[in-house]
Amino acid sequence: MELLYFGDKGWGDELFFATLMTIAVSITAMIIGFIFAALFTPLKLSNNKFLNSIGNAYTTVIRGVPELLVIYLFFFGGSGAIMFVASIFGYNDYIEINAFLTGSFSIGIISGAYSTEVFRGALQSIDKGQFEAAKVLGFNKYIYFFKIILPQMLRLAIPNLSNVWQITLKDTSLISVTGLVEIMRQSYIAAGSTRDPLFFYSFAAVLYLLLTFLSMQLLNRLEIKYSKGY
Amino acid sequence: MDFELMINSFPKLLNATLITLKLLSVSLILGLFIGLGFAILRMNNNNLINKFAYGYSYIFRGTPLLVQIFIIYFGLGQIEYLRTTFLWAVLKEPYWCAIIAFSLNTGAYTSEILRSAFQTIKPGYLEAGRSLGIPSKIIFTKIQIPIAIKQSLPAYGNEIILMLKGTSLASTVTLMDLTGVAKYIISTTFKPVEVFIVAGGIYLFMTFIIHNVIKYLEKKYGFQT
Repeated sequence: MELLYFGDKGWGDELFFATLMTIAVSITAMIIGFIFAALFTPLKLSNNKFLNSIGNAYTTVIRGVPELLVIYLFFFGGSGAIMFVASIFGYNDYIEINAFLTGSFSIGIISGAYSTEVFRGALQSIDKGQFEAAKVLGFNKYIYFFKIILPQMLRLAIPNLSNVWQITLKDTSLISVTGLVEIMRQSYIAAGSTRDPLFFYSFAAVLYLLLTFLSMQLLNRLEIKYSKGY
Repeated sequence: MDFELMINSFPKLLNATLITLKLLSVSLILGLFIGLGFAILRMNNNNLINKFAYGYSYIFRGTPLLVQIFIIYFGLGQIEYLRTTFLWAVLKEPYWCAIIAFSLNTGAYTSEILRSAFQTIKPGYLEAGRSLGIPSKIIFTKIQIPIAIKQSLPAYGNEIILMLKGTSLASTVTLMDLTGVAKYIISTTFKPVEVFIVAGGIYLFMTFIIHNVIKYLEKKYGFQT
């Protein structure tokens, strides 16, 4: 138990900050995922064949390729790509992107593919009459989308989004391979220096369970809030 | 684009795909048995057995697969007692550790899929079976199981694809599967995009095949309720 002491003696504080890092990466990745979903959901629903195939390619490729491979692509290729773009603008020094950004970005792209599917499904299951009624009543585009379509879509999307959150949270363990010190990486370091892998990896499992359990409680509450009136 | 590298790495990656497929098939088969077992326990009326099965699936679905592999591969070796038993012959091999972790993980998901499939069987079928005087064991094996399999096909297809992606984690315990070899080539040549296209293409091809096989099975054994 003294392995978990705070301060220099134990690994308690390190693991605590690692847990905060996991939460931070998960939330950032989820937000990046939403941005991707906002970009690609209209493409997937578009009638234009070309735009449609771009949207489909994104979700199919990301959901069909292992997360670890995507992470390696960005980990090894990320700074190269940015340096290439920078060299066009005449900046030739070495650029290193930090592990937090690479990690959140790669997990964000993955979670975005799942969110896209969720939003697409939710939008498609809104009654067609709602779109027509809003148009017929002559609401402007802002009210049409933010006041009529979005609230209905969120209600349908939240239960599935909480699944996406679970997947994203668990996927963040994979970015430990890039050296970002989150729960998994910290446990790896602690296990290495104390030669007690069983304890630390089991403790990591407990931390993840705690995170999924607590976030489920919160999300269930959100779900109840948004399904009011039905 | 370095096409030469893409062509040269293709046979190496294809070779590694064999390991990925081996890991996938063995753990799916084991996972199916584990899942069926726990699904049956979940439907038991005894509260304690029920809770145990629920706890199993909750823990394995609530933690990342990476943690599970690490606990089994790095953690279990630490228990002195295990080293003296015959189990050690299995647990010192990363290959078997990966298989154990994958089977337990997919078993947890499969048990949830099968449980919901069992629970959605219309009670009328069971009543019909009972009133015809069919013994309950035969009702289970000849009526409940076939219906449950048909109903769980779409969800199980998804699980197979998730597991295919999960096998990539075997590369973290020194196994040279498709992702492992891809990472090796990337880190020696520093050409991530080319290798990603080839390795990702192989994965996509496998997902495509699995997707279509499941679709075909769904059509063939399609079951309208």
